Amino acid sequence: MRYSGLKVITEGLFGNKGWTRAWRDPAPKAEYDAIIIGGGGHGLSTAYYLAKNHGMTNIAVLEKGYLGSGNIGRNTTIVRANYFIPGNSEFYSHSLKLWEGLELELNYNVMHSQRGQVVLFHSDGQRDLQIRRANAIVNQGDDAEIMTVDQLRAEFPYLDYEQTRFPIYGGMMQRRAGTARHDAVAWGYARGADQRGVDLIQNCEVTGIDVENGVVRGVQTTRGPIRAKKVAMIAAGRSGQVAAMAGMRIPVESHIMQAFVTEGLKPVMDAVISYGMGHFYISQSDKGGLVFGGDIDMYASYAARGNLPMVEHVMEAGMTLMPMIGRAKVLRSWGGIMDMTPDGSPIIDKTPIEGLFIDAGWNYGGFKAVPASGWCMAHLMATGQSHEVARRFRLDRFRTGQLLDEEGTGSQHNLH
Amino acid sequence: MRLICPLCGPRDRREFYYSGSEDYLNRPTPDAPAEAWDDMLHLRDNPAGVTRDLWYHETGCGSWLLVTRSTTTHEILATERVADRKGAGA
Repeated sequence: MRYSGLKVITEGLFGNKGWTRAWRDPAPKAEYDAIIIGGGGHGLSTAYYLAKNHGMTNIAVLEKGYLGSGNIGRNTTIVRANYFIPGNSEFYSHSLKLWEGLELELNYNVMHSQRGQVVLFHSDGQRDLQIRRANAIVNQGDDAEIMTVDQLRAEFPYLDYEQTRFPIYGGMMQRRAGTARHDAVAWGYARGADQRGVDLIQNCEVTGIDVENGVVRGVQTTRGPIRAKKVAMIAAGRSGQVAAMAGMRIPVESHIMQAFVTEGLKPVMDAVISYGMGHFYISQSDKGGLVFGGDIDMYASYAARGNLPMVEHVMEAGMTLMPMIGRAKVLRSWGGIMDMTPDGSPIIDKTPIEGLFIDAGWNYGGFKAVPASGWCMAHLMATGQSHEVARRFRLDRFRTGQLLDEEGTGSQHNLH
Repeated sequence: MRLICPLCGPRDRREFYYSGSEDYLNRPTPDAPAEAWDDMLHLRDNPAGVTRDLWYHETGCGSWLLVTRSTTTHEILATERVADRKGAGA
């Protein structure tokens, strides 16, 4: 079924009886050409692009819960391409371009809103860094502009510019950045993949990966064994456990990152704002809630809930940056399980096991990467070659020293 | 979350600096191949359940601690000083 405005109106007139399921609920077959472990944003977009770009339709996505039940269903929804170092910048640039065509591509309203994102700076050093970053972004063909305090005041009058500790010196604005409706991204890719023949199999947990003589043969699941010559591990925070089924240790440590949303308010802020001091970034959802998040809790955890020190830090940062937030009430918070790598950059690569691929290590930035991650992972699985914009996301880069340390803080598990 | 320091007793998580997995204690010899260093520095079991990791009691007694805890419940199961382990200090 094709979705359109006209369809919404006609269905509304006739009792909304004509809507059909967005995707099938197939039983797993005994064998597929490729299996994707993980029905989140990255797994679903990989399935979609395998079918769309490479004509591989005899594939299955295996999800232990329901589709989109992980981080794609709970995140701060920021989409941006303001990365600096080679390896990251071209990848996120590619991703943002895919975002810009995503709704037409998927025939699905993902509510992509290019409302702009500004990263504030609070010292001469930070200003130099952001100007350098902005120049690099402009040079590769994306957009960035440096805003003065006066320009910021006109657009964001509610920030505390004169705070004694961290006065605002200016900001780097990317107008093409913004937000999107996170669930809809998963649903849109799921529907698109299903329409092209991909089997989306829910409530199907992978319990083992079959490897014979260094070659992957298939997987064991709670719904029986499934054979495949190609298997992709796209399990985000659970990547370590999935890789362990193949006897692998990977450079990933899972950490908790908390985010918060307030009760619904009238429109008060129309862009994404990132604080330069302390970890704090905020936007307002279309439903009215202020959505904001902070840093990871900084210790390995799968508890899916954080601890109070980081809650306190985030609230303090929010109050310092925009005191009006103190009038809002927090409605709920959550802790997502982040697959952190030592250098803070992701992995899209083959593994030492033939036919086994991995897409993991998205740290706290996986949402904006969903389109390009799927695009590049599908390219790798179909052609056997890394996609040009993802060629540095190597699994072995920590051993070889080809690091992608965007923050410049080093390559160690507790630094990002 | 409160960690139990063998010297200071139960203390708030904020007093501690998290270093990471106990893998850091298995330091290879200087002439070991890159794979062994990669194993110690980067590759992780990353268990969902009981884990052992290193914490530094930064604003307390300054001890390096080996903490056994659950990554799924945040329960602290055991804490010992790295210096008190058998064979430590060699």
